[in-house]
Amino acid sequence: MPADIPTTLLAELTHRCPLHCPYCSNPLDLIRAESEIATEDWKRVFTQARQLGVLQLGLSGGEPLLRKDLEELAEHARREGLYTTLVTSGLGLTRARAERLKEVGLEHIQISIQDSDPEVAERIAGVRSVKHKQAAASIVRELGFAFTINVVLHRANLDRIGALIDLAADLGADRIELANTQYYGWGLQNRAALMPTREQVERSREIAERAIQRYRGRMQITYVLPDYYELYPKACYGGWGKLYLVVTPNGMVLPCHGATGITTLRFDDVRSRSLEWIWQESEAFRAFRGDSWMKEPCRSCPRKATDFGGCRCQAFALTGDAANTDPVCTLSPLRRVVDNALTEPALDNPDYSYRTLAAEPQRG
Amino acid sequence: MAPDSRLLTPGSTPRLWRMTRLQFDPVRQRPVLLYPEGAVLLNDTGAAILELCNGTNTVEGIVRILNERYQADVSSDVTEYLSLMAERELIRAG
Repeated sequence: MPADIPTTLLAELTHRCPLHCPYCSNPLDLIRAESEIATEDWKRVFTQARQLGVLQLGLSGGEPLLRKDLEELAEHARREGLYTTLVTSGLGLTRARAERLKEVGLEHIQISIQDSDPEVAERIAGVRSVKHKQAAASIVRELGFAFTINVVLHRANLDRIGALIDLAADLGADRIELANTQYYGWGLQNRAALMPTREQVERSREIAERAIQRYRGRMQITYVLPDYYELYPKACYGGWGKLYLVVTPNGMVLPCHGATGITTLRFDDVRSRSLEWIWQESEAFRAFRGDSWMKEPCRSCPRKATDFGGCRCQAFALTGDAANTDPVCTLSPLRRVVDNALTEPALDNPDYSYRTLAAEPQRG
Repeated sequence: MAPDSRLLTPGSTPRLWRMTRLQFDPVRQRPVLLYPEGAVLLNDTGAAILELCNGTNTVEGIVRILNERYQADVSSDVTEYLSLMAERELIRAG
């Protein structure tokens, strides 16, 4: 099946990060600084991405501000015509760096908030961070960037979803993205400590719906529910290899940031292949493009055009076969693996397994 | 209840949301409206309408300019398009 034109590139510039959030979307095997690709490699990737049709660029991490060449990369991206978002913890965003980023044409900054309760926020982040984030938010607002607050939700902060929305408004955000934890990598490792209850999810949904109405015209609110409590899986970025690609700190190109978890796939490197070749021809991108790879119940299911069988990374992590139906789907013969997770005893005083580059991760 | 900034009247002066950027995409050979985490692929008429949303032109004024440019009555198409974009909060009433 021929490839579509991609719209979005997520550039994970580094996996280094001052925060240790136990739901981090980076893989368990984090890339070390010495393996990161060079400034010129990233510039070539951005140029090739634009030629391929990419419109949106996320400069992400880890903490992208730890790359000293961030301003140079943002400048290059803007010159190529990409709409660029800096996805940051806010730590390290000095006024001088923010002013330079504004000068070179960066448009949008997204700052993560861990909780509206400062004590819990710092327990989740594993580091003192609340004051730094407040300072970063006021710089972003003063300099007139488009400004989004993003929050990962889980059992310890979901009850404060209303306060989190109000906090984002107080910080002057144009948008807030509230997304429940996705359970692969670090999130899966910490699932028992992070999984909210059904009652929490229902309550949060009502609060978010009311807030969306209340803030309409002033602040946009997007809310992503936890898929474990849904009947059908989420449609991952419009399907595998359809609109979205990720480049890791060491130059691997992935169809999804969680794809390195699928250990049966091999990924190509931007230093040995063009982005266009990787997008169109590589084994990893072709593996689950379209629907010819599907098994039952997806193959004959009318919903396959809506959710594309769900998340391949989740299918692999929970069933051992990336071509299986995402077990979140109520039609999956393996839905019990998700239901079992929902009846696991909750850990109320969670001892998180923190994301860290230094220690070897423990495999659960 | 805060005023609903999506509401357009003939006298409102819509402008593009400050988080958007309108540009031509040489890959797709068409204009695109970019905004955080999204993009709308436009046709030439859509782009012509949005280019006039500068916070100075009124809805009536935009209709008048385009009626003249296309030598046809495009009033209902234009107002419908503006309402749609306002509904998506990509343009704001002034």
